[in-house]
Parts: sequence; structure tokens; C-alpha cells
Amino acid sequence: MGNEGIGARVLRKEDKRFITGKGRYTDDITERGITHGVFVRSPHAHARITSIDTAKAASMPGVIGIVGGQELIDGGVGNLICGWMIHGKDGSPMKMAAYPAMDPAVVRHVGQPVVLVVAETKAQATDAAGEIEIVYEELPSITQLSKVLEPGAVEVHPETAPGNLICDWQLGDEAATEAAFASAAHVVELELEQNRLVPNAIEPRAAVASYDTGEDHYTLNTTSQNPHVARLVLSAFYNIAPEHKLRVIAPDVGGGFGSKIYIYPEEIVCLFASKKLGVPIKWVAERTESFMSDAHGRDHISKARLALDSDLKFTGLKVDTIANLGAYMSLFSSCVPTYLYATLLSGQYALPNIYANVKLVYSHTVPVDAYRGAGRPEAAFLIERIVEVAARKLGVSPVELRKKNYVRDFPYQTPVLMNYDPSDFITLMDKALAHIDIDGYAARKADSERRGKLRGIGYSSYIEACGIAPSQAVGSLGAGVGLWESAEVRVNPVGTIEVLTGSHSHGQSHETTFAQVVAQRFGLPIENVNIIHGDTDKVQFGMGTYGSRSGPVGLSAISKALDKVEAKAKKLAGHLMEADEKDIVIENGELKVAGTDKKIAWHEMTLGAYTAHNMPEGVEPGLVEKAFFDPINFSFPAGTFICELEVDPGTGVTEIVNFVAVDDFGTIINPMVVEGQVHGGIAQGIGQALLEGCYYDENGQLVTASFMDYCVPRADDLPSFAVDHIEVPTPNNPLGMKGCGEAGAIGAPAAVINALTDALGTEDISMPATPEKVWRAIQATRPAMAAE
Amino acid sequence: MSEVTLTVNGREVKRDVEDRTLLVTFLREHLGLTGTHVGCDTSQCGACTVHIDGNAVKSCTVLAAQVDGSSVTTIEGLADGDTLHPMQAAFREHHGLQCGFCTPGMIMMAVEIVKRHPQGLDEKTIRKELEGNICRCTGYHNIVKAIDTAAKTMQGQPAMAAE
Ligand code: FES
Ligand code: FES
Repeated sequence: MGNEGIGARVLRKEDKRFITGKGRYTDDITERGITHGVFVRSPHAHARITSIDTAKAASMPGVIGIVGGQELIDGGVGNLICGWMIHGKDGSPMKMAAYPAMDPAVVRHVGQPVVLVVAETKAQATDAAGEIEIVYEELPSITQLSKVLEPGAVEVHPETAPGNLICDWQLGDEAATEAAFASAAHVVELELEQNRLVPNAIEPRAAVASYDTGEDHYTLNTTSQNPHVARLVLSAFYNIAPEHKLRVIAPDVGGGFGSKIYIYPEEIVCLFASKKLGVPIKWVAERTESFMSDAHGRDHISKARLALDSDLKFTGLKVDTIANLGAYMSLFSSCVPTYLYATLLSGQYALPNIYANVKLVYSHTVPVDAYRGAGRPEAAFLIERIVEVAARKLGVSPVELRKKNYVRDFPYQTPVLMNYDPSDFITLMDKALAHIDIDGYAARKADSERRGKLRGIGYSSYIEACGIAPSQAVGSLGAGVGLWESAEVRVNPVGTIEVLTGSHSHGQSHETTFAQVVAQRFGLPIENVNIIHGDTDKVQFGMGTYGSRSGPVGLSAISKALDKVEAKAKKLAGHLMEADEKDIVIENGELKVAGTDKKIAWHEMTLGAYTAHNMPEGVEPGLVEKAFFDPINFSFPAGTFICELEVDPGTGVTEIVNFVAVDDFGTIINPMVVEGQVHGGIAQGIGQALLEGCYYDENGQLVTASFMDYCVPRADDLPSFAVDHIEVPTPNNPLGMKGCGEAGAIGAPAAVINALTDALGTEDISMPATPEKVWRAIQATRPAMAAE
Repeated sequence: MSEVTLTVNGREVKRDVEDRTLLVTFLREHLGLTGTHVGCDTSQCGACTVHIDGNAVKSCTVLAAQVDGSSVTTIEGLADGDTLHPMQAAFREHHGLQCGFCTPGMIMMAVEIVKRHPQGLDEKTIRKELEGNICRCTGYHNIVKAIDTAAKTMQGQPAMAAE
């Protein structure tokens, strides 16, 4: 088969369609009689809807119908749900306010959908949308996180969540942590902001919804990372149709980064309207709509304190965080700043006492949910910033301080629930130091100084949790679903193989990497293996792709199904060759009797399974196996990133000159694909650190609602990256995979900001550290020079 | 309404369209050439890039009627039958795409970048020239390698190392 198995740098099977323009994304799908939907959205952050006049719009050319929120209520459409129940430190459940797909009475963020207009063409729908008259009574709003909890602040949901507080949550032992501070030799404090980000997959969200009156059956093509989860909630909670009357297809999807996990109002409304109006409806978001309606990410403010003993060992960490969830609680919003954040605050360190308090709050902003990393970037940034600051304050090398405190014995139980996989943090750091050429740094810095530039170097040793997650464990923490994955392996009579998986690829390369695992098992070429995903009519069930779970969980399910196929194949081959099945080995596409020259080709065995002329006693014909894999733990990728950058003090422009990432992802199936994931993640992390920020003005207007105002990284904002890895497999899944999709975005921001603050000689800079902020920080540290 | 005649990927097409029809809409909706994508509404992302009379143009910024009589090449028309254009081959070879949504626009822009720099390209120039095309998946690292390789193939020079 050549080298196409696990560990091989195989070129992608899916590429051909994408490079020739034959990809099939949701907007590329059409149907006979397709119509087009356009949403009218709230221009206000907070307002009461006094009246909606659709008469003029309804009579415009091409208009088929107009659907508002009251019709959804009358039609029995359920409110959107948050799928993870958390409890506050007093034991009370989170205070979740009603989240209707389109509220007919009140709007609570700019961009909230109010009315859907459906017309024969998109232009006609857009024209008609412009003629709908909605009278709003504007109400005061609150969007600034720092003000949300102030006494007397405007309330988003006064009846359900007084004072805007959804949940006052805690994790860890407060008394023990306080005691660690009381006896500490050193205490370091830091205030941090996690800037609000917009995921911005380049394919905007879209939906094509249709209803078949003859079959009483809906079909939804949509930009989803998890079509089965979409179908489940559309059925069980939004009352669109029972699952067997609803097919959800996620065709080619142009990036997700978390934002396409959720089932948004638009999909629900389009499905509802397709039946009500009797036409198939396509809706495709404009980019501005994406900015105003895709779930945002991050948005925390935190205070952190780190206690150290006289030997500079960490003894305690105390964290107070306020997390903005926006105007409504999105699907996984409650677990992101709690169980996916505070549980990772131990970082790579043996840190015996940790206490975190997180206040989850409402504001008049777009709902916030998981975005690449989801809670772990916030945790990694906090711990890696305060460790770097501690090293500077205490006059020790940040590398040595880290090494002194790294966990060295595994598995390691943290005080915040997690039990870490084995890894080798020292080697990760040492490899990263070698790649950056640490010995040459002093000379490079001197050279920068000669050129009038400020050079800095910064470190980030992140750890994160992937492969979400053991169903029983997450159930006990409040998850409304199990987080296993399923797989079906169908071996055809001619010996080719179809694998049906509940994971979904929207850039992750499953069609190649999953095929590599199958090919390796039987010694077949990868072109004989086809990976099928993203269609609820084809794949029985699956939980989808997020939290870097496709490898650790999805491939584990496939692996288990392959075990069953292998066992049956050996039984059949043993029978056909009159040998003991225990003596059969499978390699290079053949089944051999060990120690003899007896063998049959793979396709002879598979054909035998289907002709069924000569089956072993009691064995059913065919060769198809299914498996469910429920993880026994999270997996824990870890790594060290080093960023070296140069600042122009005259302009405040930061240029990243070297960026090194050394990761431990456990077993790697395809290094080319993994490196690509790391590059993309780092780019988003650098974006968070230097470029990206979402801002609301004092009237609650979103002022960063386009690519002109919100800076996603362009090619010339970034360097090339030096990426390397070690492989310490996790013992907790069959292939030893830890997951790699989010690491870059998790580790990069702290590395960049640590380097920048090193260059500037001040800790006082917030993300995104734009040239203006950097320039101002330089002026602030040089009062004497500014005065001259 | 306007009658628009174009040569698209070597074939002459004629359609009656509303005056306000954008070229990208003409290609996608009227001709079914869905390889050209729309990623924004402010002419920033470049997903819609096609060639008009040999020049890379964002097809979301021109009206179909404006380019009446022109020759348009889209991503579907770039390969020579089954033989990929060197830029397409290099994007695959260097893993210059993940979700593939930005890819058609990237490739069409990259072909023009190479053409505009007959003297050759370095990394800095490639990055600068890509400022009108956004990719959210790859961090551009492998896109830059792909363009460098394709440039050298197209210009008959040896390429930089694969990683
Ligand atoms: S769609 Fe044309 S530049 Fe974005
Ligand atoms: S490959 Fe996904 S946006 Fe470029």
C-alpha cells in the first residue's frame, strides 16, 4: 500500500474537489422552486417592539410570506436551550431566561432577528425587508462587562436574573487556598482581560430548509459541526418534527471554530417557515449578520493571585473571573467559563491549592459560547501570564521558574478535577528553546537595539483538555447529553470500505486521516476507503466535532468497530483456509495463516462473507460492524510556545519575528494535517493577542461588524511558524491520540503578550495590543523622554 | 434588465439579468458555477476572486453588465482538462487548504500574483500581495509555501523546501 498508514504525511483525498471549485457548501445547494429568506434584525441593543407593519412589504414583487415571532409561539416552537446545567456556590441552579428564536416583544442585542421575509429572489426579499416598519421603544442597555454587576446597572432579564447574575460558581478549596496565601513567601497579583472575539469562519452560516407535504418530512442542509445534535434539539426541544421526520445534512462546511456547533434561531425559523409557506427556503448570512449573530468567544475580566514559597514553588492560585454570556444563554455557554476553564487553571504545574470563583453574567450583547479552545485559552492565558510576571518580579528566569514547578510524575491529579495524561513538559520546553536558538537571543536583541527597535521574548507552556468527554462524568457536572461517539464500518463484497462517522470535518481532513487508520489496519490503499459523515440519514448518530474530539473520541469509535471487523474477518478466513482463527494475521491486504504459506486476498474473504456459500457455523453473512466509544477521561495535549518579536517604538507596530510551537498531541496520524491545525490555531491566537477585538459603543451598537473594523489576521500580519512535536500517547484511548485542533489558539496569546511586555518593560497592556495601545504604553513608560 | 454576454471558461454565454446583478451572482446563480464563493459584504475576503480578461478581480465588486463582452475565468476553468494548474497542484502538495472555502479565490489571486512578478517572488512579497484574501484556517503558512512552489514551477526555477 505504500506508506499511507498512521504517521504518514499523506496528501488529502478531499483536496481535489476544493481546488477545482467542486466543493459543495450549503449555499451551493438548491432545489426546484427555491425561495430566499432575509431576516430583519434589531438595530437596537435593548428595545420594546411596539408594532410591526408588514403590509407594504407583503405586497411587493416576488414576496411569498413574512414570519414573525408570534407565529413561532402560536406554532408551538420551543425556546432555545442551554444544554449544560450548572449550580452556584449556594447550590442554586443557573438563572436561565427564556430564549425565543424571535421574541415578538423585546430585543436584547443588536442583530437579534425579528422577522423573516421570504421572496422568490434574494434581491426581492432584501427590498421587501427594507419596507417592513417596526416601531421600537428604545430602552437603556448595558454592554460593558466591567459595569454589568455594578449596583443599579440596567438589567437584561430582571425577572429571571436580577442584577444580571446568571450564576456565582466556584471550584476548588477556598480555605486551603487562603491558608497557602497566608503562609506564602511571595504573592504576585495580576488583572487580566480576555478580549471578546468573533470566530469568523470564512463560509458564513447558511441554511436550506424544505418540507415535503407528501411525506410530512423536513430536510435541512446547514453549516453545522454536529448535524445529529442539531436534529436532536430541533426535535426534542424546538418541536420542529420528531427525529425520523427530519433529516439534517451538513455538507462541505467552510470552517467552524465552534461557531457552527449551535442551533441558531435562523435554522429554526427557516424550517418552520418552509412548512408554513410551503416553499423550500434558502438563507445565507451576510458577513455583517455573522458578526451580529454568530456566537462570540471569550470576554472575561479576571483578578489572579499566585502564592509561592521561599523556594519559588507555587503553593496557591486564587482566581476571580467575570464571564460575559451575552443577552441569552447559548447551547454550551454555561460550561465554557466553568468546567472548561477553571479545571485547567493548574496549567502544567504542580499547584496544590487552587480556588476559582466565576460570575456568569448577562449583557446586551451577542451570546457568547465556545470558540476555538473554549475556556482553555482563557485559563492558559491567565496562568502563563501570571507565571511570567512572577518570574520578572522575583528576578528569576521564566524558563527556570516553569521547570521548577512543572508536573513530572504522571498521571497527575490536580486540585481542580482533572487527571493529566502522561507527557514530558521539560522536553517540550527544551526542544522549543533549541528551535528558537535561545543562545543567539542576546545578540539578536542587541542588534534590534542598534536599529532602534525593542525586542522581546515570551513563553507559554499550555495544557488543555480535549476529547470531550466521559458521558457519566459530564452528566454528573450538568451536561444534558452524553459525549461518546459512534462509528460503522461497512466492508463491501469487493473489499472496499465505507466508514460512517458521527464526527464532522469542516477543514480537519477526516476523509484522509480516518482512511489512514483503516488502511493501516488491513494493509489496504486509502483510496479503497471512503469516509461518510454529516448526514443524519446515512450515519445513525454522532455527537459531532468540537473540543478536538474527532481523533480521541471519533477515531476511537472507528478503532473499536475495526476490532470487530478484524475479528470476524479472521474467523471467516480461518474457516475458508481450515485454520484456527487465532493463527490468522492480516497484512498488505492479505489474510495469512501464520507460519505457513497459506493465504487469501482481502477481497476473497470479503466476497466470501457476502456470497455466504461457506460460512462458519453460526456466523451471519456480511461484514458490517458498529461501535460506540465513550471516553474514560479527557485527553491532555500540552506544549511550549515561544514568541520572539520586535516593536518599532516610533509607530507601535509589533512584528513577530520567530514563533516556535512544540506540542505533545500523543499519537499523530498525519503530521502534515496536524501541523496545519497548529498553524491555523496559532494564527487565531496571534489575532487575539494583537489584532482582534469586538467593541460595543455606549449605545450598545456593535462597532466592529465587518472585516473593515474587526481585524482578522492577513498573511502579512503573520510570520512562518516553526512547529515540532513529541509523541507521548495517552493510555486512555486505543490510538493514544490527545487532539490538536485548538492548541495553537490556546497557547499563542500568552506567548505573544509575554514577549510584548518583555519588549516594552511594562505589564500594563491589554489584548488586542494594537499599534496604538503599544505606542501609548511606550509613551507611558518613558515620561522623561516624552517630556523632552 | 440588461443582456450580458460573456465568455466564461472559454464558452460564450448570454443571459438577461437585472441591472444590479453582481458578477459573482451571475456566475453562481445564473451559470451554476458555485466554485466562486462569497465570504463577506465589504470586498475584503477575496473568496470571490476570478480573472476578467486575465486580471484577478473580486467578482462581488463588479456588476455583470459592467463587464459585458469580457472573458472570465473561474476556478472551474483553471485546470487543463484533468491536468491541474501548477497553482492547484501546489496548494494540494503543500496542504495550503483546510476547509477549502477561501481556496478558489486564493488560487485565482495567486496565479495573478505570479504573473505580476516575472522576476520571481519572496515570502515577504507573497504575504504582502495576499492582503486582499482572508483564510481563517491555515494561518497562511502553507499557502505561502504553495505559491512559492507554483511560482517556481510556472517560471521554471527550483522551489524552497517542502516544510
Ligand atoms: S466576497 Fe468578494 S471580497 Fe469577500
Ligand atoms: S481553508 Fe478555510 S478559510 Fe482558508
